[in-house]
Amino acid sequence: MAMNYSDKVMDHFTNPRNVGEIENPSGCGTVGNAVCGDIMRIYLDIDDNNIIRDAKFKTFGCGAAIATSSMATELVRGKNIQEALEVTNKAVMEALDGLPPVKVHCSLLAEEAIHAALWDYAEKHNITIEGLERPVNDISEREHHAELVDSAEDL
Amino acid sequence: MSTTKQIYLDNASTTAVRPEVLDAMLPYFTQEFGNPSSIYPLGQRASDAVAAARATIAELIGAKPREVYFTSGGSEADNWAIKGFARANAAKGRHLITSAVEHHAVLHTCEALEREGFEVTYLPVDAGGRVSPADFEAAIRPDTTLASVMFANNEIGTLQPIAELAKIAHEHGVAFHTDAVQAFGHEPIDVDALGIDMMSASAHKLYGPKGVGLLYVRRGVKLDNLIDGGQQERGHRATTENVPGIVGFAKAAELAFAEREAEHARQESIRDHAIERISAEIPHARLNGSHEHRLANNVNFSFEFIEGEGMLLQLAARGICVSSGSACTSGSLDPSHVLLAIGLPHEIAHGSLRMTLGRDTTLEDVDFAIDSLKTTLANLRAMSPLYEDYKQGRVESIIDNEKKQK
Repeated sequence: MAMNYSDKVMDHFTNPRNVGEIENPSGCGTVGNAVCGDIMRIYLDIDDNNIIRDAKFKTFGCGAAIATSSMATELVRGKNIQEALEVTNKAVMEALDGLPPVKVHCSLLAEEAIHAALWDYAEKHNITIEGLERPVNDISEREHHAELVDSAEDL
Repeated sequence: MSTTKQIYLDNASTTAVRPEVLDAMLPYFTQEFGNPSSIYPLGQRASDAVAAARATIAELIGAKPREVYFTSGGSEADNWAIKGFARANAAKGRHLITSAVEHHAVLHTCEALEREGFEVTYLPVDAGGRVSPADFEAAIRPDTTLASVMFANNEIGTLQPIAELAKIAHEHGVAFHTDAVQAFGHEPIDVDALGIDMMSASAHKLYGPKGVGLLYVRRGVKLDNLIDGGQQERGHRATTENVPGIVGFAKAAELAFAEREAEHARQESIRDHAIERISAEIPHARLNGSHEHRLANNVNFSFEFIEGEGMLLQLAARGICVSSGSACTSGSLDPSHVLLAIGLPHEIAHGSLRMTLGRDTTLEDVDFAIDSLKTTLANLRAMSPLYEDYKQGRVESIIDNEKKQK
């Protein structure tokens, strides 16, 4: 099936930003599974003022999965934790000028990967982040509720 | 982007119409535009052209002209053969046999018949993608009327033991259909020698036009019409004949059969070069499908730790046209049913690549594609959390473990 990716998606797929790992990260989260064909891992470096100094990712998945990981890490860098929580799948999609409907789940995975990294940070520091729920590894359950509402046509 | 040289390695998807074929077709769009059903000379000339095309193709496969019916393509031929035969012979029995690796034109047709109350056995295949004749014989029941097993697989290129399966079918009074869309013009086909009762083929896989195919139906085989209407195709398939398409199909078939042996040998040597290079130079890679029983133009590999769509997009950016069995390229969550049927785990099936060679493919094209593939895989693996886990010893390579067990 030919994919109608926006120029921004192609740009972030072709030249992904922030690929890599962070040694001794403040938080690291991995979501998705190989059976479904996508896994995202996001590393965060968070300073004492709760500002995200750096974000890196590794992703196994399609073009949209790589592009959403790249954009999500771009969006959270320099933000504080509360602001980072506002980087929703919809924000990632908007920043990429939309995604084909069958790829909306990639943006949900990116949001979940950020949440998983923040959750890891909170656990390590024994703090509670207001508004952050325990992330799920497999987003397919949640997807059934969210996917149709947040399709690219809505953007 | 437009300055990038295009290397087309997706000939199992479709092929370019040959200039000789186009030349043969062109008059039938304009000067010779008549309807073959018309009585005046313009119509008769169109009718003669269709008759000549039918005779040409019949001779190539060892059939009689009246046993060849033109259709709109391979999918229609599959639908017609299976639905038409099952319905016409329902009084004798309502059980059909096919394989798990068929094209969707066959699989979804069988599923449609299941909704009509027919029963279908989907035979498993071995690791190379072949149906076992013993399994086939064991699946035959007193109420089995038809078996349909593809000549060659469109994804992994596996050739089925057609003559053996047809012989077993006939010993039990079962008719035998084969979807030969990938094999027609590429593999030797004589319907009598192989014992084929019905066979589907398509023009655009052998440098003919899209939108035309055929169904061979052995004399005496009874099947219902799929398309009712006028008296075209001796009353068995209505629709004004696609005269230019049919003329082009015959020309393409004539050329393909004439050049078949030489072209088969040429493509097979390029194929084996590709298989050897990929196996030797790319770690964590596996050849999908039997090497021994394989179409001369098919190369299909799975690469661990990466997903197929990203690979295809990166190769496309380098001008290389290939395809994948990944779910992400098909719009569904499940990877290729063929790759799952030969026993690949989902995560390996997601990272597959199909290169299919054609008459214009050179060794240099394939070498360039493999060089690009190596770069692409290195990029994607550097980005992959699964590869990171593998490198750090947290997981093992499924493909390497499989090779160790051999």
